[in-house]
Amino acid sequence: MTEALLTLSGVHTHIGRYHILHGVDFDVPRGRTTMLLGRNGAGKTTTLRTIMGLWPASQGSIHFDGARIDKAATPDIATSGVAYVPETMAIFSDLTVKENLVLAARAGAPDERRLEWMFGFFPALRKFWLSRAGTLSGGQKQMLSIARAIVEERKLLLIDEPTKGLAPAIVSALIECLKEIARSGATILLVEQNFRVAQDVGDLVHVMDSGRIVHSGAMADLAADDSLQKRLLGLSLDSHQ
Amino acid sequence: MILSGNPPRGKLLTALLILVVVVLALAPFLFPGSKPANVAAKICVFALLVASYDLLLGYAGIVSFAHTMFFGIGAYGIAITLYALGPSWGAMALGLGAAVVVAAVFALAIGLFSLRVQTIFFAMVTLAVASAFAVLASQLSWLTGGEDGRTFRVPEVLRPGFRLIENGPFGITISGRTLSYYLVFCSVVVLFLVMLRIVESPFGRVLQAIRENPFRAEALGYRIIYHRTLANVLAAVFAACAGALNALWLRYTGPDTSLSFNIMIDILLIVVIGGMGTLYGAIIGAALFVLAENYLQTLMGAAFGALNASGAGFVANFFNPDRWLLWLGILFIFSVYFFPTGIVGKLRAEPKS
Amino acid sequence: MSAIDTGAALPQQKTDYIPVLLPIALALLAFPLVGSFSTWTTLTLAGLAMGMMIFAMASGLTLVFGLMDVMNFGHGAFVAVGAYVAVVAFAPMGALMQSPSLAANLMALIPAMLLAMIVTGVAGYVFERLLVRPVYGQHLKQILITMGGLIVIEQLLYATFGPQLNPLPLPAALRGSIPLGAAAIEKYRLLAVVVGLIVFLALQFTLTRTKLGLLIRAGVENGEMVEALGYRIRRLFIGVFMAGSALAGLGGLMWALYREQAHASIGGEMMVTTFIVIIIGGLGSVGGCFIGSILLALLANYAGFLAPKVALISNIALMVAVLLWRPRGLYPVTSR
Repeated sequence: MTEALLTLSGVHTHIGRYHILHGVDFDVPRGRTTMLLGRNGAGKTTTLRTIMGLWPASQGSIHFDGARIDKAATPDIATSGVAYVPETMAIFSDLTVKENLVLAARAGAPDERRLEWMFGFFPALRKFWLSRAGTLSGGQKQMLSIARAIVEERKLLLIDEPTKGLAPAIVSALIECLKEIARSGATILLVEQNFRVAQDVGDLVHVMDSGRIVHSGAMADLAADDSLQKRLLGLSLDSHQ
Repeated sequence: MILSGNPPRGKLLTALLILVVVVLALAPFLFPGSKPANVAAKICVFALLVASYDLLLGYAGIVSFAHTMFFGIGAYGIAITLYALGPSWGAMALGLGAAVVVAAVFALAIGLFSLRVQTIFFAMVTLAVASAFAVLASQLSWLTGGEDGRTFRVPEVLRPGFRLIENGPFGITISGRTLSYYLVFCSVVVLFLVMLRIVESPFGRVLQAIRENPFRAEALGYRIIYHRTLANVLAAVFAACAGALNALWLRYTGPDTSLSFNIMIDILLIVVIGGMGTLYGAIIGAALFVLAENYLQTLMGAAFGALNASGAGFVANFFNPDRWLLWLGILFIFSVYFFPTGIVGKLRAEPKS
Repeated sequence: MSAIDTGAALPQQKTDYIPVLLPIALALLAFPLVGSFSTWTTLTLAGLAMGMMIFAMASGLTLVFGLMDVMNFGHGAFVAVGAYVAVVAFAPMGALMQSPSLAANLMALIPAMLLAMIVTGVAGYVFERLLVRPVYGQHLKQILITMGGLIVIEQLLYATFGPQLNPLPLPAALRGSIPLGAAAIEKYRLLAVVVGLIVFLALQFTLTRTKLGLLIRAGVENGEMVEALGYRIRRLFIGVFMAGSALAGLGGLMWALYREQAHASIGGEMMVTTFIVIIIGGLGSVGGCFIGSILLALLANYAGFLAPKVALISNIALMVAVLLWRPRGLYPVTSR
């Protein structure tokens, strides 16, 4: 295993009066796809938002690429090389597909070769290049949201439940896309409810429950152990579809 | 004196409140003359008006800029009926009744229309409606007397010439003016106590719950629009009563005394300085504000004169009594920043139970 | 590697043109009621000129709200400041203003406009720092404090310039009107339309053709995501706030010249109008604000001619009518 790109130690997060994360510890190694699994309400989305600085950690530390980022502002975290694909996709629906990507490319105009690479697995984006993003279908919006995160090379991609609400055929295609992105050398931290996606894409896995990490290991080991799955994830996940 | 489950709390505060109320109750005898009487009556009217605004701002967390409109509706209700039908108690009752109904209907309409949305939206809509109403009132001269307003006569026993007791024991004279004052004072006391009851009722509690956390209150099954609209209607009705009492005392209603945006600013200042969400703040705030307005401005005038005489003409402009609002505005901003609970909050030394 | 291409038929969302047609419909409807072509032309042009000036004053307010959920109840103060900048700036330029040459007039007018924008832009920066930032996110305090700011600035203007009306004569070449057939077109109104159009086009260009504009529009929709893409929305917001204040100042100067007088009360008056306009347009929508401004001004002019008493409440009536039809304004901003 290579060194860790991202390290969380003892992270607590409060939202208003509610204490959501109760000391989260885990590593995300470089160049691998790490899964963050858990039941609804376990704190997965909160963990991603805390890494991104959208909800500040009240305790503990987060290190990214050698620097401490738990007190940093969201824009600084983003410019240090973290890209975020939120659960809500958060595409700018009033802007065109092109304009969405122009904003995501901070260095200037989006690189042509990289765009071609992306169009390879997201052809709809080329097709609707000048359409308003709000007119895209759900799956297309998800692609745009991911495309925004990879339009320039980033050190770490945080992706929150990309398959949520998508039709099974689209989910299969999305899995291939995620694998392709992973093959390009990206480091990914992926929150997922769908176990089939998780076992297909993930190299490593952390399982959360009630704001803590309750299991860490190789994805293959968890996929092979039915009883462990049941204990950690209960029936909320469809294993082995 | 407190006939409610919501005592003022804090010894100093209680003492201050008792002092204000006692002085107001005895004002015609303690300070004879027309200026003190006007000051005392204005304190009473503003205590009621501001308390009714506090129902909205402090308890329901709604910012309205239309409160002077309801105050004006009350004032014009009385003025129009007494002017048209002559000085009878029946005309007065009719004017008050009509004003209350009109105020309630307006408040209901505005509430249903715009309370669904954000605080900001409601504030903007009320500002627009109130300014249109003020323009309308100053232009419909046949009804309202236009910019000049309406001077009207009140029933005989309330007129200055009326004598209930002339040179009675201790040389006391009770004139129609005295009776007018007590009509104002007693009405204000009764209406204020009713408001205290309202904020302590289950309805008042729900309002505060909504203010603290609208989502939670909604989740608990309370209908936010219903409660906020009702609060808006109640506040409007109390404001209309304050307006009617003010008109009765002045025997005159015009745009400047009932609808001007300056009154709205005064209300905001008093409620913030006195203390939002306490009702008692309205009494303390109104007393301080009206006293300052009447006596501190004289001091400002003196400073203005002195500065002018010493040749500091430009600096003097800032102390011109006409620039009274400048200093109040600054005080207002500082109060919202640093003392959002106002005087009452500061005086309530002990922590909330 | 399989490709995702589910978009066989794209559900083409139509652009909503109905609000755009409203001012045109209103103008056509007013024509038979007004009767005379020349009067109608004069009224329509007056309405357009007024609408453009109102738009300049209101556009910043609606953008600031859309971007940061901040409603500045002191926005009218910048309008008043702009009006007084006109008084101060024109004082030493009497010769240029009196000259019958339009070029000379513009040599006085254009620097005065720029000065008004600079002064109110800087004032906007100070206002944002002192009054808006400390209560950011707290609506109730925000409303109260910015309203307090309006009162203080208005009083400071009175203290500095005195309570009287300051006459503000139009530059010589802009007085009077140009005959156009039977109609007469006031020159200054023509200038107001031109300036208003320049402002509108500049805003449109910035918002649709520049990265800055894209960021602003993206920020109106989802400020958090703009931050997550690595942009500081705070800085963007201050910039928009200053630009909005500067436009209010420009509008204030234009409006004061239109009325040929400056007075601090113009701030409060225009604020009510700008509020109505941005409510009609949909809070946060610049396009809606533009249509709302034109609609309101046209209606005010037609009503003023046809039924002066009705004109007193035409603004509020328009607002009520629009809200009954579309409760969140002509172009509701999706995320709010």
